[in-house]
Amino acid sequence: MPSTNTVIEIIYLVAAALFILSLKWMSSPTTARHGVWAGEVGMLLAVGGTLLHHGIVDYRWIAIGLVLGTIIGVPLGMVHMTAVPQRTALSHAFGALCVTLVGTSEFCLRAPNVPRLMMAVLSMEVILGSLTFTGSLMAAGKLEEFLPQRPITYKGQNVVNLSVLAVAIGVAAYLVVHPERTGLFPVILGVPLLFGVLMIVPIGGADMPTVISLLNSYAGLSAAAMGFVLDSKLLIIAGALDGASGFILSVNMSKAMNRSFSNVLFGAFGQEQAAGVGMREARPVRSATPEEAAAILAAANKVVIVPGYGMAVAQAQHKVRELFDALTKRGVDVKFGIHPVAGRMPGHMNVLLAEADIPYDKLLDMEEINGEFPQTDVALVIGANDVTNPAARTDPSSPIFGMPILDVDKARTVMVIKRGMSAGFAGIDNPLFYLDKTLMLFGDAKGFVGDIVRELGGGHG
Amino acid sequence: MSGDLLTSLYVFMLAAFIGFEVIRRVSPLLHTPLMSLTNALDAIAVVGAIILAGEHKSTLATILGTVAIVAATSNVVGGFLITDRMLKMFKSSRPQKP
Repeated sequence: MPSTNTVIEIIYLVAAALFILSLKWMSSPTTARHGVWAGEVGMLLAVGGTLLHHGIVDYRWIAIGLVLGTIIGVPLGMVHMTAVPQRTALSHAFGALCVTLVGTSEFCLRAPNVPRLMMAVLSMEVILGSLTFTGSLMAAGKLEEFLPQRPITYKGQNVVNLSVLAVAIGVAAYLVVHPERTGLFPVILGVPLLFGVLMIVPIGGADMPTVISLLNSYAGLSAAAMGFVLDSKLLIIAGALDGASGFILSVNMSKAMNRSFSNVLFGAFGQEQAAGVGMREARPVRSATPEEAAAILAAANKVVIVPGYGMAVAQAQHKVRELFDALTKRGVDVKFGIHPVAGRMPGHMNVLLAEADIPYDKLLDMEEINGEFPQTDVALVIGANDVTNPAARTDPSSPIFGMPILDVDKARTVMVIKRGMSAGFAGIDNPLFYLDKTLMLFGDAKGFVGDIVRELGGGHG
Repeated sequence: MSGDLLTSLYVFMLAAFIGFEVIRRVSPLLHTPLMSLTNALDAIAVVGAIILAGEHKSTLATILGTVAIVAATSNVVGGFLITDRMLKMFKSSRPQKP
């Protein structure tokens, strides 16, 4: 039945075009929802076309799988916005699980007569798939705080991790030469599962944006490898798009974290932990009350709010919206300056603020906002620390020297809402807090912003 | 086989270049929905799982294929749902062009 096959292939071709359009429309918030629709149509076409496949003799299991998947998928699509990072990590795990299971069955069906090239791509599929599966589960566990967020490091960790990975790759190489040694297959399945766990053990919360992007890239590449095995161009295209997307985001995140690219590739995160601890001393800071903060904000013409993960933890975004409304009503120009690695995944802050109904044209990324700080009356930092540390610009001995930061110290007045004087993720002190122009607002982000709003008399309850 | 593989490599290379060019233009504003969208698209792997489960070549393949369908379908459904929910929240303060 070559004609059915041709029809299926043409359907796949249309689906591939729709997938590319889908990503193209994501370039602007005004067209982004068309992108989702294009993706959905492409997916429906592809799944529908596949059901026509003449090799399918039994639809029962397919139906069961599709129904169960939908039952699990709907709640995963309805999670609260604050849970988006762990949901994303979990979905990387599911994608990788699918790829790994299909790869394993393909091997079992074809063994022991697997051509060498086939064995090579199959190994890549299974290795990438299984390490992404456990790695993503670990990342989701850390984000959901089932597992400790704190990075766990020990001496020689990178050596151990890389040796584990090397074992998997070595065995895979041996299998390519001797595909008849099917008993070794569980090794290239099991060892990467272990590597996935080891890879995430040293990761701390602030590294999560990079790690999630990297896992995204791996998930895409493993799907592309599966496309090679099944000779499915559509799968290769979708996998390549996902892989490229994850790769671009990883590079962006690593630049924003001041990590080199090879640092990202080898997953060598989490070092530099203890750097700078102990060189802190008690220095005087100026603190202010909500009343004083409200008076300063009300007298300002231009305010830039810099949110960080602390805002997400305190669930303060809705209070921040009230502050935004109260100040806007008084004619103050309020914008948001968002660092690429603020939060736990790329774009995390934007989603939380958009959820709180803050118009997206007020959300500016680092390059856009940095030129505006010198004209800014008040920079209000909520739950961010390292990304505002001027030592990254001025102090070559600082571990974060060279990291791109938000230049809040160039604003006329800086206000920092913070629970206490603890150091940020990188464990280094922030000279910003000791500037004459800086006022520390000690307290819980949500409570403090609420108090300021009440002082401004613009709260919604 | 090797000819097919070469064609596949060409497809991969071209798709990767398109991916780089298209995704570079996505504003950082939308990086979270971008990730959930590419994740949903990536779940097109469900196509391979469907054939595997439907061909019924061995019990193991059918079982693994079915589990794979469940995993991928949950990504498709959940991924598109949450991407659309997120994008709905992005509103401009300026009046929208028609």
